[in-house]
Amino acid sequence: MNIDSIRDGIVIDHITAGCGMKLYELLGLDKLDVSVALIRNVTSRKMGKKDIIKIDADIPVNFDVIGYVDPSATVNIIKNGELLKKLTIGMPERLTNVIRCRNPRCITTTEQELDQVFRLSDRDRQEYRCIYCDTKAN
Amino acid sequence: MSRPRSVIDILDLSTDELDALMRVAEDIIAYPDKYAEVCHGKKLATLFFEPSTRTRMSFEAAMYELGGHVISMTDGASSSASKGESVSDTAKIVSCYADIIAMRHPKEGAALVAAQSATVPVVNAGDGGHCHPTQTLADLLTIYREKGGFSNLTVGLCGDLKFGRTVHSLVGALSRYEGIKFILISPEELRLPDYVKNDVLDRGGIQYAETSSLDDAIGSLDVLYMTRVQRERFFNEEDYLRLKDSYILTPDKLRGAKSDMAILHPLPRVNEISVAVDDDPRACYFRQAANGKYMRMALIMMLLGLGA
Repeated sequence: MNIDSIRDGIVIDHITAGCGMKLYELLGLDKLDVSVALIRNVTSRKMGKKDIIKIDADIPVNFDVIGYVDPSATVNIIKNGELLKKLTIGMPERLTNVIRCRNPRCITTTEQELDQVFRLSDRDRQEYRCIYCDTKAN
Repeated sequence: MSRPRSVIDILDLSTDELDALMRVAEDIIAYPDKYAEVCHGKKLATLFFEPSTRTRMSFEAAMYELGGHVISMTDGASSSASKGESVSDTAKIVSCYADIIAMRHPKEGAALVAAQSATVPVVNAGDGGHCHPTQTLADLLTIYREKGGFSNLTVGLCGDLKFGRTVHSLVGALSRYEGIKFILISPEELRLPDYVKNDVLDRGGIQYAETSSLDDAIGSLDVLYMTRVQRERFFNEEDYLRLKDSYILTPDKLRGAKSDMAILHPLPRVNEISVAVDDDPRACYFRQAANGKYMRMALIMMLLGLGA
């Protein structure tokens, strides 16, 4: 399968196979009016299989979302067809307005204007908890 | 803008601060006159968005005994909240009238929201099933006074360990002391949540065991902390009715307990401790309620920077 290389934009590489769609949705890429490719189950020497996302536009991307969904993913910033920067994101300490608390008893269910904030509670288990009610993110 | 210090979770206080609060509380008990004017000219606002008798009265009595004043909102249904005002706005407004706020709210995390907006210290007086730090202060002072310290105690927590916020806070606080061991006694459905077990007990390397039998556990306990199965924490009335009478402490059950075991309960009780137990010298729950007032006095002083 051939996907054109991009001139100015972002390539999110080494996404754990199966996580690409979740990342695509949480980054809101479905709402963009630019060329975006989600390639699933690409053969990888290191990983066996991986997903890749290519965004053919110089747009702001919430790196915290990438670190939350797949901290091992890499981000390549492309300028004028050249690799400008290669980044590994890692897990962010806090996530703001990326996911919602599902606890019906949480204050965020009634005070809709509050930011949805989660903190990294356990790095080894890649676990996030709501800062208000301590409920674990799913 | 920096916010004043608030206490939302018992873990907001270090063990040194807990020790200091207990020392002050004991001094208040010994020399109450010394503290009678400490909060002269200061106002405590009690914001209670759900019913409470003893916690609110304990806070109010604490402030009066420190020589301060109290302004109250005692019923969320008749307050600005019923008109749709946010917790955040309420906290900002009340900060204009009071020097410190004690707040109870049915939603988990409400006290943190208030603390993020208030310009005066906020004390969490209970946020749903989440945290109730000043109850834990009462529990700690009671255990300290009854047992002489916290190290190497075997503490039994009995009843609703799932929704019982006092239990979660107490486990967090006691886990910081050396050699503490917990026996978690509850029906399967009301077991201690995984996040408390994982984050506090497992991570801290704390010894604990789970059982559904109070009879099996009671002989090994230095402290027995009884809790009420709370109707208001259940979405389903059938579940509440099925579980509410899981454990009832009677003089008969106490025969297998140590002669110096301390029996605590955050109160109110319904029927989980038989009235016949009240005269047993091991029953500490009424002394525990009194201790709560002294610890709240010490905490108010600390947060207002008045020498605790």
